[in-house]
Amino acid sequence: MQRRLIGRLSLIDLFLWAFRAVVVVIVVVGTVATLRAGRYSGAQWIDFVEFGLAQGGVYALIALGYTMVYGVLNMINFAHGEVFMGGAFLTYYVAAPLGAAGFLNRYVLAGLLVLLLVSMATSMGIAVLVERVAYRPLRRAPRLVPLITAIGASFFLQYTFRGLFGSGVQAYPEFEALKGDWVLGGLHIHRTQAIVLAAAVVMMFVLYAVVFRTKTGKAMRAVSEDRDAAALMGINVDAIIVFTFALGGAMAGAAGILYALVYKQVYFFMGFVPGIKAFTAAVLGGIGNIPGAMLGGLFLGLVESIGPALFLDGLGIPAPYQLRDVIAFTMLLIMLIFRPQGILGERLATKKA
Amino acid sequence: MAVYLCLVGLVETFRLRWIIANVIGLGQMMLLITAIVAGFVYARRVGGRTPAATGVSHDAPERVRVMLGGAAVGLLVGAALVVLLVVGSRVALRLMFVNASPTLYSLLTFGYDLGPGSALLLLVEGVCGLVGTLLFLVPSGLRRTVLGGLVAVLILSVFQDLLQLLLQSPGPPQAVRGLLFGVDGPSWSGAALVCVVTWALLAAWTREGDHVRARLAGLPPAGRRGFRAGVLAVGIVALLLIPIAGGPFVAQVMVLVGLYTLMGLGLNLEVGFAGLLDLGFVAFFAIGAYTVALLTSRGEQGIAHWSFWAAVPAAVVVSLLAGVLFGIPVLRVRGDYLAIATLGLGEIVRIMVLSDALRPWLGGSFGILAIPRPVFFGLTLGGPQQLYYLTLVASALVAYIAWRLQDSRLGRAWMAIREDEDVAQAIGIDLVSTKLLSYGLGGAMGGMGGAIFAVMLGSVFPHSFNLQISINVLVLIILGGMGSLWGVVVGALALVGLPELLREFGEYRFLIYGAVLVAMMLYRPEGLVPAAAQKRELHEGTADEAGTGTIAVAAGNVGAAEGRGG
Repeated sequence: MQRRLIGRLSLIDLFLWAFRAVVVVIVVVGTVATLRAGRYSGAQWIDFVEFGLAQGGVYALIALGYTMVYGVLNMINFAHGEVFMGGAFLTYYVAAPLGAAGFLNRYVLAGLLVLLLVSMATSMGIAVLVERVAYRPLRRAPRLVPLITAIGASFFLQYTFRGLFGSGVQAYPEFEALKGDWVLGGLHIHRTQAIVLAAAVVMMFVLYAVVFRTKTGKAMRAVSEDRDAAALMGINVDAIIVFTFALGGAMAGAAGILYALVYKQVYFFMGFVPGIKAFTAAVLGGIGNIPGAMLGGLFLGLVESIGPALFLDGLGIPAPYQLRDVIAFTMLLIMLIFRPQGILGERLATKKA
Repeated sequence: MAVYLCLVGLVETFRLRWIIANVIGLGQMMLLITAIVAGFVYARRVGGRTPAATGVSHDAPERVRVMLGGAAVGLLVGAALVVLLVVGSRVALRLMFVNASPTLYSLLTFGYDLGPGSALLLLVEGVCGLVGTLLFLVPSGLRRTVLGGLVAVLILSVFQDLLQLLLQSPGPPQAVRGLLFGVDGPSWSGAALVCVVTWALLAAWTREGDHVRARLAGLPPAGRRGFRAGVLAVGIVALLLIPIAGGPFVAQVMVLVGLYTLMGLGLNLEVGFAGLLDLGFVAFFAIGAYTVALLTSRGEQGIAHWSFWAAVPAAVVVSLLAGVLFGIPVLRVRGDYLAIATLGLGEIVRIMVLSDALRPWLGGSFGILAIPRPVFFGLTLGGPQQLYYLTLVASALVAYIAWRLQDSRLGRAWMAIREDEDVAQAIGIDLVSTKLLSYGLGGAMGGMGGAIFAVMLGSVFPHSFNLQISINVLVLIILGGMGSLWGVVVGALALVGLPELLREFGEYRFLIYGAVLVAMMLYRPEGLVPAAAQKRELHEGTADEAGTGTIAVAAGNVGAAEGRGG
């Protein structure tokens, strides 16, 4: 029996290694072929990198919410993508009148700040509400239960927004000042993408300071280490959990408005794909690990932006951009199989699960 | 809550679903039910504190106090709506909330002007709150009877199209139809009749029910077996007669229910038995459908031109293999990660099928066309009525397999893994093969569903295989009860059959699914028709409260209404 088990296990290991080898071969061959063909100019590659970093910054901000909630509750807040959507969506009703009145173009910085704050506050509210209504009563339930609740909450929120505000796409007003490029030493940099990346990095620093330099942040880390022990040390665990959701929600709200700046539109289903991507980013960086989520987000954004052109174009696959999401999800799978603790993580995915 | 219902559009959408033609529609009824439920919940909260067995002590002042409180709660519900009305009449809410339309306002004011309309609204909601507390205060038998009558009227309203359709044939059915329905919907007399008949039946059951049950229990074992066989036979005959009696529309709906039952049974093996949450289940459905399409299609993508009967086993085998292949990468991850990993796999399959890269083989977004209908001894199974029997046989077969698996060595191994993986491994269960078998068999069942789906449509498109199908299947097994076979059937009927019959439902389907998922997890995590083990686990120490299937379904309807109201 023992020998049979080992035999079968190694067979499966073999399969997994073959899977990994195939992916590596595709990446290497594709890269070499693409670079040889030279279909893309240097400026195009820089465009890809810029776009990837901006996108990655958004993913990183959302991923922070997943990672922090996973840290304290050990659950995937499946509705987090909808928290992100909610902030961007409701802020539209502030942005549209401001844009029509010309405020956004006269006071660019103030306008951006207002939108950012509104969006963060809204997302924070949604996140806290979801925690209170859907998750708190299930604190001690079997593991599958809160996860299913989260999936339900996610759909409920999506279709609530659809019902309340309609199923159409709402176009965000544009900032005139953010159109066009800045030229820096011969490099053309899209203004919007630069602003998005800068804002994302600033938000991450703020969050880092909150979590690692304040007393509440310390309490949060304590709860994430060991909830019961933290409670014994006099930490109000429920309050800390609410705080975590609020913080994650605020980051998601910021991500929402940045996303709206890049794509200039919002609709009720927009939270779903970025939500999953951000979760992927969180896993990439090592779930529960805050710097990891930031890195993972940026990395995922880059790979997604460069990957189709770099890996697949050279193989002669038509329309490789359609396969962007496949690249992202394949990365998720590879990470989960071969390095579930993530790039920076020390925790094993299987340990706490 | 009431304001939410209005703005989310439910009230307006259901306004023409008459409960009594041209008098009151389901939309307005929802608002009233909200107030009634609010009153009931209030009474339970307040009453729960008093020690008496019925919940509220019997002294009169206490009761009056509770009743007044309930009326106040109802008034609050009304007041919220009035605020909406007043704000709506001043500000153009419609710019933001698409459903804040004049139709909604006139519904809220019962067609009167703002002033008298609001007053009437307040009054009605107050009375409803009062009714809610009264319902709490009366003895439980009476409460059940009254509610039963109301639920029957609601069911009459919800199923009016179906009933009208069924009662179309001349003779006695026509007469019954005339009795129940006017031109636009159920008539006063019809609703009253249904209500009274239900009351009478329920009252009779309350009086005689124990007696009947006792007689049944007193039967000798042979007699009881005979009784059970009789019930089974009646059930089978009813199932066989459905498409003949109901016509193509009903048959079509039942085919969908059957397909979802197939998929539900498959996912149940993974989630319910083995505890492996799978959000990419639609992939198996897609693989089954595409296999049949490729093997049988007469179009340009077809490669083999096999007959349906040869293609189905192939589809099942391919999806079984796909299940095992899916299982391998996710073997090492557990719990929440599994959900995301399977979600990713499902999306990978969908995007690959949709992509241009595989278009020469799978048709990209144009799909595969010209899939011939199955031919059974010279009889083409074309229409929904014939396909119904195909689906029925397939579901029955799969249900039998699942039933036999449940208590087999393998089934018990799955449940052991569900309860505790480490312990299961310690007692000698081979985790690898057991998990892979769960994925493989579950996938095979999903693939069979996909195969029938392909011939039902006569073509396959990648857009039919999105994540929402996975979520549908998940919701239906959660509603029915994880690990319970009857639960799958009940869940499929409630979540697939009901929305098809209620055409207004379409837009709100996922809103209500989401609410159902959350509500089920919060209040009844074991599902409507729970599996024995789950029930024990989740309600340790509480008394056995589940009734027969039908009562559970009725309770579910009330629960769903509450979910919407609360």
